[in-house]
Amino acid sequence: MSSELTLKKGHELRALLDGGEVSSVEVARAFLDRIDEIDSKINAFLTVTADLALEQAEAADKRIREGRVKPLTGIPVGLKDLLVTKGVRTTCASRILENFIPPYDGTVVAKLREAGAVFPGKLNMDEFAMGSSNENSAFGPVKNPWDLERVPGGSSGGSAASVAACEVPLALGSDTGGSIREPASFCGIVGVKPTYGRVSRYGLIAFASSLDQIGPMTRDVKDAALVLDAICGHDPKDSTSIMKEATDFAGALSGDIKGVRIGVPKEYFVEGLDPEIERAVKDAIAKLEELGAEVKEVSLPHTEYAVAVYYLLATAEASSNLARFDSVRYTTRVDGSDLIDTYKKTRAAGFGEEVKRRIMLGTYALSAGYYDAYYRRAQRVRTLIARDFAEAFKEVDVICSPTVASVAFKHGEKTSDPLEMYLSDIFTIPLNLAGLPGLSLPCGFSGEGMPIGLQMMAGPFREEVLLKTAYAFEEATDFSRVPGL
Amino acid sequence: MKISKEEVEHVASLARLEFSPAEIETFASQLSSILEYVEKLGELDLAGVEPTAHVHEIVNAFRDDVVTPGLTNEEALMNAPYPEDGCYRVAKVIEGE
Amino acid sequence: MKWELVVGLEVHAQLLTDTKIFCGCSTSFGAPPNTHVCPVCLGLPGALPVLNRKVVDFAIKVGLATNCTVARMSRFARKNYFYPDLPKGYQISQFELPILEHGYLGVLDDGGAPKDIGITRIHMEEDAGKLVHPETPGADYSHVDLNRACVPLLEIVSEPDIRSTGEALQYVKKLREILVYLGVCDGNMNEGSMRIDANISVRPEGQEEFGTRAEIKNVNSFKSLEQAIIYEQNRQIDLIEDGGKVVQETRLFDADRGITLGMRSKEEAHDYRYFPDPDLLPLVIEDEWVEAARDTLPELPDAKRSRFRSQYSLPDHDADLLCQSIDMADFFEEIVTLHDDPKAASNWIMGYVLRDMSKDELHSVKDAPITPSHIAGMLDLIKAGVISSKIAKDVFDAMWATGKEAKVIVEEKGLTQISDTSEIEGIVDEVLAANPDEVAGYRGGKTKLMGFFVGQVMKASRGKANPGLVNQLLKSKLEG
Ligand SMILES: [Zn+2]
Repeated sequence: MSSELTLKKGHELRALLDGGEVSSVEVARAFLDRIDEIDSKINAFLTVTADLALEQAEAADKRIREGRVKPLTGIPVGLKDLLVTKGVRTTCASRILENFIPPYDGTVVAKLREAGAVFPGKLNMDEFAMGSSNENSAFGPVKNPWDLERVPGGSSGGSAASVAACEVPLALGSDTGGSIREPASFCGIVGVKPTYGRVSRYGLIAFASSLDQIGPMTRDVKDAALVLDAICGHDPKDSTSIMKEATDFAGALSGDIKGVRIGVPKEYFVEGLDPEIERAVKDAIAKLEELGAEVKEVSLPHTEYAVAVYYLLATAEASSNLARFDSVRYTTRVDGSDLIDTYKKTRAAGFGEEVKRRIMLGTYALSAGYYDAYYRRAQRVRTLIARDFAEAFKEVDVICSPTVASVAFKHGEKTSDPLEMYLSDIFTIPLNLAGLPGLSLPCGFSGEGMPIGLQMMAGPFREEVLLKTAYAFEEATDFSRVPGL
Repeated sequence: MKISKEEVEHVASLARLEFSPAEIETFASQLSSILEYVEKLGELDLAGVEPTAHVHEIVNAFRDDVVTPGLTNEEALMNAPYPEDGCYRVAKVIEGE
Repeated sequence: MKWELVVGLEVHAQLLTDTKIFCGCSTSFGAPPNTHVCPVCLGLPGALPVLNRKVVDFAIKVGLATNCTVARMSRFARKNYFYPDLPKGYQISQFELPILEHGYLGVLDDGGAPKDIGITRIHMEEDAGKLVHPETPGADYSHVDLNRACVPLLEIVSEPDIRSTGEALQYVKKLREILVYLGVCDGNMNEGSMRIDANISVRPEGQEEFGTRAEIKNVNSFKSLEQAIIYEQNRQIDLIEDGGKVVQETRLFDADRGITLGMRSKEEAHDYRYFPDPDLLPLVIEDEWVEAARDTLPELPDAKRSRFRSQYSLPDHDADLLCQSIDMADFFEEIVTLHDDPKAASNWIMGYVLRDMSKDELHSVKDAPITPSHIAGMLDLIKAGVISSKIAKDVFDAMWATGKEAKVIVEEKGLTQISDTSEIEGIVDEVLAANPDEVAGYRGGKTKLMGFFVGQVMKASRGKANPGLVNQLLKSKLEG
């Protein structure tokens, strides 16, 4: 029973729990066993909190007996290790936070606790969410469950791999330039990046504050909708979170997409796109048309500038966001000859190479004499990119594209050239710059058996049409599979 | 845009980072190629284009002036590398004469 | 050569909100270190700031009182620098778009002519924490206390319009008075509620171009401000006249020695890398908000002073003293409502109320043991001839000591003035009979002895005899 339980999706577990067929404790044990059994192969977990999970599972069983059930009560949710958890080590996959035990819960974590979810542990990632391959973790890379030689994508690589490998049914990731969608694509799962402001960032350790957004990573669209319903909503502790009515994304998954207007951006089907991916994505679009959607070409003319804009804005914000890691209050400390030397030695030893590279780039972009040429110009081009989407979404409801131009690559393949690594995010970055919702879901496999992701994007706060379209596609196809580990 | 070793050193100092000479070399070349790449933004005519600081046009988020519970001293210091007398101990800051 | 002094002031005023600017921690003083803290003001990873609305309310009021334009749209920016008292590694401040701009305050120049000191801008920001240097001799470390981190400040930046210490002092005193009147700052300079940085330069008289300036930090009293300006002015003039050059630098004022000192550690030139804080939204202030704030403005010090002069026919000196705080001005006006003699009320306040307040170290007259009705009641008794002014002084002391009304004290102590002619006549006769030599002297032309007789009568009556009657009776008995 226990190994079968881990094959269940979140909503399937819900039915089993509600029907009294299994207990939350049994569910928690099954997934903890699975972690125990296979995590040494994929390194998705940085911290396993078995005691906490079992304690929460017992409380969940009590709630179920008392009839106080919420959709996620008793269901394990893995947390990317940049979500602040009271009393549970939160490292951001960085040496500098190696021993950091937060004295508070972030809003999303508090919401999940309150909903009776179970936390089996904290998930590996690229250090401070900076990376596209999860090779930048201070605690070792994550392996792709489909092929251990390959990367799971990043920065939410631990979240994607843990869900794909059935170590958890549900996980949370965060997406700044594609950090949910790219690993979801590489690992063959569903990952949703909500509209900026939809989900509170309070308690999300910031990489780039104007771009970061927490989102679900799950085995299917229905689970993604369930998790999104549980975590979104206005938070008075996050000034940038947006006042919206309560959502019921899960309830809106009708399967009917007749009349949904699908846009295909010509700038996303250019040289460099893996032909296998192009074919899979085009087939997927044809499938959506077959299901009743209307398809037309759209243009997002400033796409080619997105990576440049992103690497200026995100690194500038990061250089400031990471200034607080200074050896005084909660980081590790390496003592130097004086205070400034202590700062420098602590930060030099505490941060990994990619993090330092981005801090350097961002510091440079903001420094005297360069602000207008870099930061402000990037903000202005950001306006153009947002306008591209606004224009396109006058014509269509959902834009479909590949999530990434390639399938998961091999470990070490791109680490020597940071710019090449940055460019691999070209299809996911524009959406963050425009603050819009998007998702990635499986739409095929390469000849080598690696998953291919289809990206769907929508206008602001239109997660409903996004999830509905994805759900219809998922129902009509069979790409949601489990790797044989 | 070529960035010199001296500039890299200056930026490192601003960012309170420390590098070996070899690392400085590497950064100078990597940052130069990234900055060369972002030069492409210079191609665009941005006349009349306002910068975007926030994607949504929302303004004014406030809280009321009401005291809410914070952290205890123990919680505040629980991760401190050098707690002492309820404070964070740091090397002396040199100021003045 | 004649030199002209040029001064611009940056005043940091701590606002009297209950909570910090971006979190719900208390701003109250004196708590044990690091106990008024939370994830936000400790700069814990993941914590986010949310703006305290009252800070904006206060800023708008200050703007209106200092003739500033309230920006319809303003923004918060991050000022990036590393310091152990700055938890996030940046200070949330305002840079390109401050909430207030283009204000001014009126002062008198050294020749007595009115002039305006321009206010370039006023912006909101968070305070840093406190570094405590242990008293252990030779200690090479500091303690960081973050209770003060994130406490709201207004930074009020003047134009370099100030040309003398007199103007500088007037400007800061006026500013302080306005902040205190508005109830937005306690104005307490020695507790750091108001801190001044002075940008000081000199230039040859008649030269348009400004000289190189030094920024003097740590000026925390009016006296220090005066000393710092004079010292720095002389230092710069001496330097230039000796063929040297003033360098642009930050200097600290040493209040013990009354001098300014260059900083030893030559940090790299400041590069604060300001950029808009992505965690906070633009602040938009519609006209209605400004008008609502305007409606709640109290009468401001200048207006009140001039009203006191005209309405109560008070001399400048009285009006200035009474209007130094709203509490005192209100105290005065309440006395006058109860007993319509403004000058008498003013005299008693200036002579006795202020004296005893300072003796008891009271900051506000509201904390005094007596109320306006005490003073008015005492003035009533004087006017009715029940007590003399001399007795009134004892009555005042007793009121201050016990909090009892004048009438009660007079009754309890039997201080009622004797105005019964026959009773006083008896005392006068006794005094004259007891001092035959002086009586003879007086009658022989030594009329100055009248004072002696009055004194004797008052003494014999234990001060209660009506002095007018005493005089009258003595005169008629001695001369008649
Ligand atoms: Zn606080």
